[in-house]
Amino acid sequence: MAKRIDVKDLDIYYGDFKAVEGVSLTVEPRSVTAFIGPSGCGKSTVLRTLNRMHEVIPGGRVDGTVALDDQDLYAPSMDPVAVRRTVGMVFQRPNPFPTMSIRDNVAAGLKLNGVKNKKQLDEVVEKSLKGANLWNEVKDRLDKPGAGLSGGQQQRLCIARAIAVDPQVLLMDEPCSALDPISTLAIEDLINELKSKYTVVIVTHNMQQAARVSDQTAFFNLKATGQPGRLVEVDDTQKIFSNPTEKATEDYISGRFG
Amino acid sequence: MSTLSTLDESALPTTAPSDDFGGKSSARAVKDQVARVVMWAAFLVALIPLVWILGSAVFKGGQMLLDLTWWTHSQNGITSRREGGGAVHAIQGTLIQAGVTALISVPIGVLTAIYLVEYGRGRLAKTVSFMVDILTGIPSIVAALFVYAVWVTTFGFQRLPIAVCLALTMLMIPTVVRSTEEMLKLVPNELREASYALGVPKWKTIMKIVIPTSFSGIVTGVLLGLARVMGETAPLIILGPYTAVIATNLFDGLMPTLPTMIFQSYGESVQPSVDRVWGASLTLILLVFLLNIAGRFISRFSKVRN
Amino acid sequence: MSSITGHSAIDELPTGDGRPPLEADQAGTGRLGDRIFGGLATGSGILVIALVTLVGVFLVWQAVPSLLNNDANFLTSREWVTAGENPRFGIVDLLWATIITSIIAMLIAVPLGVAVALFITQYAPGWLSKPAATLVDLLAAVPSIVYGLWGLQVAGEYFEPVARFTDTVLGWLPFFTYTGTPSAKSTLAFAGIILAIMILPIVTAISREVFAQVPTTHKEGALALGATKWEMIRTAVLPFGKPGIISAAMLGLGRALGETLAVTLLLSALNASESFNWSIFGGGETFASRIANDAGEFDSAQKTGAYIAAGLVLFILTFIVNAAARVVIERRKAFSE
Repeated sequence: MAKRIDVKDLDIYYGDFKAVEGVSLTVEPRSVTAFIGPSGCGKSTVLRTLNRMHEVIPGGRVDGTVALDDQDLYAPSMDPVAVRRTVGMVFQRPNPFPTMSIRDNVAAGLKLNGVKNKKQLDEVVEKSLKGANLWNEVKDRLDKPGAGLSGGQQQRLCIARAIAVDPQVLLMDEPCSALDPISTLAIEDLINELKSKYTVVIVTHNMQQAARVSDQTAFFNLKATGQPGRLVEVDDTQKIFSNPTEKATEDYISGRFG
Repeated sequence: MSTLSTLDESALPTTAPSDDFGGKSSARAVKDQVARVVMWAAFLVALIPLVWILGSAVFKGGQMLLDLTWWTHSQNGITSRREGGGAVHAIQGTLIQAGVTALISVPIGVLTAIYLVEYGRGRLAKTVSFMVDILTGIPSIVAALFVYAVWVTTFGFQRLPIAVCLALTMLMIPTVVRSTEEMLKLVPNELREASYALGVPKWKTIMKIVIPTSFSGIVTGVLLGLARVMGETAPLIILGPYTAVIATNLFDGLMPTLPTMIFQSYGESVQPSVDRVWGASLTLILLVFLLNIAGRFISRFSKVRN
Repeated sequence: MSSITGHSAIDELPTGDGRPPLEADQAGTGRLGDRIFGGLATGSGILVIALVTLVGVFLVWQAVPSLLNNDANFLTSREWVTAGENPRFGIVDLLWATIITSIIAMLIAVPLGVAVALFITQYAPGWLSKPAATLVDLLAAVPSIVYGLWGLQVAGEYFEPVARFTDTVLGWLPFFTYTGTPSAKSTLAFAGIILAIMILPIVTAISREVFAQVPTTHKEGALALGATKWEMIRTAVLPFGKPGIISAAMLGLGRALGETLAVTLLLSALNASESFNWSIFGGGETFASRIANDAGEFDSAQKTGAYIAAGLVLFILTFIVNAAARVVIERRKAFSE
């Protein structure tokens, strides 16, 4: 059920401002790809184009193609809402819906899209929470508000919510940046498990994390201040961290950046 | 504050002349104290009218409210010199008109706020926002005149309770728009994005995520807006004359309200009438305060926080 | 809060911790649900525009025939005869009473409101500051007609000695002459004082909001220089809050200009034959109170039109004042961002 992502000659704009230029990369199914790079280089922006969340921002638009198993996400006939059901997303800060219980949070995607069968929903809730390694911690308080959980648990709840709609791809935008080290570890373990079922793309500021969880790493950088961001290099994580092709990548990874 | 003054007096090195340090000269300290006293005094002065008005209303009208007939009877057939009768006709009228006003204003106000926060861009949104500002500033008597000009002068209808509601609607819409707008803006964008990312369409995101999250805040705004229109009297004088009997039909005849009950006989000096006027005032104050307090209480349950 | 002042409710609620919503994101799609819902929302916005436009159009439309039929100069005449073949009506007296009562209200409410706001934000002990704010807000919840009743039947008599005393001390100025008629509670001065109480919560709420926004760094900067609390307020809080205070004053003024019932109950009308006098201890009628007092007279289009013309002037007056307040607020926003 995981799918391959092919990005080709992607330019991303905010209004007239070109934020990212000429990105081409391929993400294999059932693998983890990490996006790294300095702040403001456009890595989160690229991530958000993979499920058409970028265009939610006023003025946001793209040129080029993003294909999911050869299906162009930006084809005119494509419904962005349907795209987002296929490509799930987890955000930087855990954002459970504050009005909903843990159960309803996980079921939100299905419920809001009209699924009413209670048995089916319960099954999905259990499966998703198990899939997010959260079931054992919350199974006795599914009706408590999701906002009552710890930060790490909330983030896993958000992951459960994202996988409950049965996506092909899971995008994660710095999912651990608001968490403590122990919760971070739990999420990283989870990412390792998730890749057996999903194609995972993760943006991270933490290079150790990229090295730990990903199979493939993409390094983004700005050409120069005020210029659009671009993809400098994408390769096996091993290679990027031991023997990168580009000098800029090496500088960044070894901390000699800037 | 107090730490600052101890610093000045004791902790300064003796070698430094205190003047160079800007240590408090006595004149400065006096000024500071005077300012403190003035601020406290201002607050206490501001409380005087509140306490005095409430005291007067309770003292002069409280007795009326303790009588059960106040809550069960109208003033039908009772002259100003006679004691007795109640205010149930006026209470009913006030509640009905406020309720109908809310029924009309809340959907329009909330939808307009949704437009401004979630949809509106460019010139149209700016214009809507500007018009809401104007509406906020329209004096109630002008709103009443406008409805009169349309309803009575242009269309030739009778003055009817529903016309009062229309005038009150004009006063309530801007308060609902502004308070709802503030509440919607407090809903973090992360929640909208989370919902979009689950493949939920925008309108469902607004209805099922944004509105429920800000619900208590919106209710608070509505209740406070309602409290405001309940006490409005000017539109009633122009469009909804008083009658002493119970009337519940919005589309026919007159409908009494607490403000018009007061206005009807505020000038009379016979005791039963004076008592009734103050009784009606106290009832009105209680209704408005109840709504206010309820609104403030509900806002505590706001979900818009992390 | 909001519905009282028509302004922000933010200070009443815990602020959300996340990013504010984008101005009109583009998540809407061509789906039927999105089209209907977006259409309803936009429709409501357009309805509001239509409503305000209609107010202006209708008032003008109804006022013009009466104004054309007016034998006196509308802007300069003191007469108010709306009936008959040759109506003569002008707004000078109304304008004077409206403006002077509102100015008196401002002169009292603005300094007092600012002081109360400073008390709530800077001086009140932690436990008191919220209840204090609520208490002052409750003043705005008292219905206008109750203010009028209270002024007329309770507080008014205590104003008699004040009026007499002012006359003794300052009576040589035409502004402050008090002849004893009408009774002190029915004078412009007393109406102004009641208006001051009524707009106090508005002035306080807005000033409070602005003062609460003074960056801590500004305040600490002043304190670190060894300023006393009052000096800190004068150098950091008040300059930062000045545009806010000005707009608070304007919005309070806007409310005072149009306030109806309290003034209607209190003020005693001048006799038509009485000559104009400058004293604030005289009677008079404001636009709003004249309209409310004579609501029973709206039987012909001619008469109604005259009152609508008066209402139109009031509308324009409050519009200008409110617009000025907005401009000041917008300026401040532009600077603080």
